[in-house]
Amino acid sequence: MTILVSLSSTNYYIVSGILVALVLLGIYLMSKVKFARLGNIISGFAVLGAIINTLIYYDIIDIWALYIYMTIGALIGTILALKIKMISMPQMIATLNGLGGLASMIVSGFAVKDTNALLDIFPYITAYLGFFIGLVTFVGSIIAGLKLQRVLPQKPIHFNGYQVILTITLAVFAASLFVPLFSYVNPWIILGAGLIIGTLFAIVFTMKIGGADMPIVISLLNSFSGVAGALSGLAILDPLLVSVGAVVGASGLLLTQIMCKAMNRSLLDILLGKTSMNSSSQPKEIVEYINEEAIIKNTRNPIDILKEAKSVIIVPGYGMAIAQAQALVKELQDYFTSNGASVKYAIHPVAGRMPGHMNVLLAEVDVDYDLLFEMDDINDDFKTTDAVLVIGANDVLNPTARTNPDTPIYGMPILNVDESKDIFIFNYDLNPGYSGVQNPIYNRKSGLHLFLGNAKDTLDKLMKELKS
Amino acid sequence: MELFPYILLGIFVVLTIVGYLLINNVPSLLHTPLMSGMNALSGIIITGALVTTSVVLKDQNQFLASVIGGLSVASATFNVFGGFIVTDRMLKMFRKRAH
Repeated sequence: MTILVSLSSTNYYIVSGILVALVLLGIYLMSKVKFARLGNIISGFAVLGAIINTLIYYDIIDIWALYIYMTIGALIGTILALKIKMISMPQMIATLNGLGGLASMIVSGFAVKDTNALLDIFPYITAYLGFFIGLVTFVGSIIAGLKLQRVLPQKPIHFNGYQVILTITLAVFAASLFVPLFSYVNPWIILGAGLIIGTLFAIVFTMKIGGADMPIVISLLNSFSGVAGALSGLAILDPLLVSVGAVVGASGLLLTQIMCKAMNRSLLDILLGKTSMNSSSQPKEIVEYINEEAIIKNTRNPIDILKEAKSVIIVPGYGMAIAQAQALVKELQDYFTSNGASVKYAIHPVAGRMPGHMNVLLAEVDVDYDLLFEMDDINDDFKTTDAVLVIGANDVLNPTARTNPDTPIYGMPILNVDESKDIFIFNYDLNPGYSGVQNPIYNRKSGLHLFLGNAKDTLDKLMKELKS
Repeated sequence: MELFPYILLGIFVVLTIVGYLLINNVPSLLHTPLMSGMNALSGIIITGALVTTSVVLKDQNQFLASVIGGLSVASATFNVFGGFIVTDRMLKMFRKRAH
């Protein structure tokens, strides 16, 4: 391949080094909310600089076709980024993951085509891996996006022979990677084989994953998109691509770890298709039937409790996102604040469909980020708080996770909502959440106030009653 | 020259560690913008896409170059612009008001 960078091009490396430093500075600034925006802008200009640096160094600045392609991508990307609703952010992230994967797959694919696997072992292996991981990122993101958009069912799709298909796929993958090292194989055949295996692998892998596991999958695909880029960089020997790809890969890996920890799942289990809807541990045995009369035994009117509450915790979940109730939640917060009460939000790390999902939705309706608390910082406050409002959350506050080893959620860290004096539930119904495990909180004999239905309607009704 | 791939491999390892440590400091509050920001950064593949596509454009197979190469450049540019703009939109929303 004629695009090998020669070591003598000192300038190119100096500029690349500076750009990598800028990217790292941008990420460093993201650790403070105040400077995060600046950090993002710095990273953006670093990438722009990288584009210009490349065009000049490789002397391709006058190839007009490139500008047409860039304009198309920039236009669509900009329009979508400006128009997309915050509620669709998980789909947007999936799209970005997927397109990053696609670009890496194509770049690596060209490198595979032009590499002699028998002689250039290193470029060939990195190029083929880049091609494969890019492809898996692309196809996996499409399926994840379709699931988030509810075109495909959110529930994991089970089918027999999953392990067998996975094993065969990986075996064929290994063969397609190593055989060309020992005897000549037409590059088109290598690429064709990779294309089929990668697509199959991505479909099998993502189909098995259900809605609540989405934060893990999205983070993992995020990591993949970076790794694919870095591998492409190794294949075409570009240090900038290797560096930035590595950073992105590390970021996704870290988020994946955080998500796995928050759900008490191992990454391997997810990859092997053991979803949190574990069919081997049917929740039937542990069902204690919901006591619908619990609410009657409350001695005080729930509206009075809320009116007199001096401290309030709001626990948002994916239900709030579906009902698009965040604006009403903010209204409720304003009501409590004007009433002299302190309001805090308790954010479980896996609430929603991607890392940080709830924070974005609440920031959109102008909730002060100082009021958003992570699980560990707020878990001790539940028992001393006057009123705890749960908006469309279930599994993340299910105490069964602490007590029953036979349930799929056992060991998952949860919000200590059950320690609260008065719990107000704004869920659609009392059915179990995604995990399929009944929530014993609903069996409480007192201090439980149920407002069932679409959170938008029930909160609206509540606001009217509070203000009357 | 034979050393170069291994230097790159070293860079990969070092940057993975540095990136991991830096990102560990990002508060969970900002995890969504962090992800979209990282998506934007993975658009850095645009440099590879530009170079590869320009090389293939010089080959005889114009169709392959213009369709597949163009697709890679366009996807990567989408990532860069879409990613950074949507991240900025989100970060703008995180505000703290005077109490």
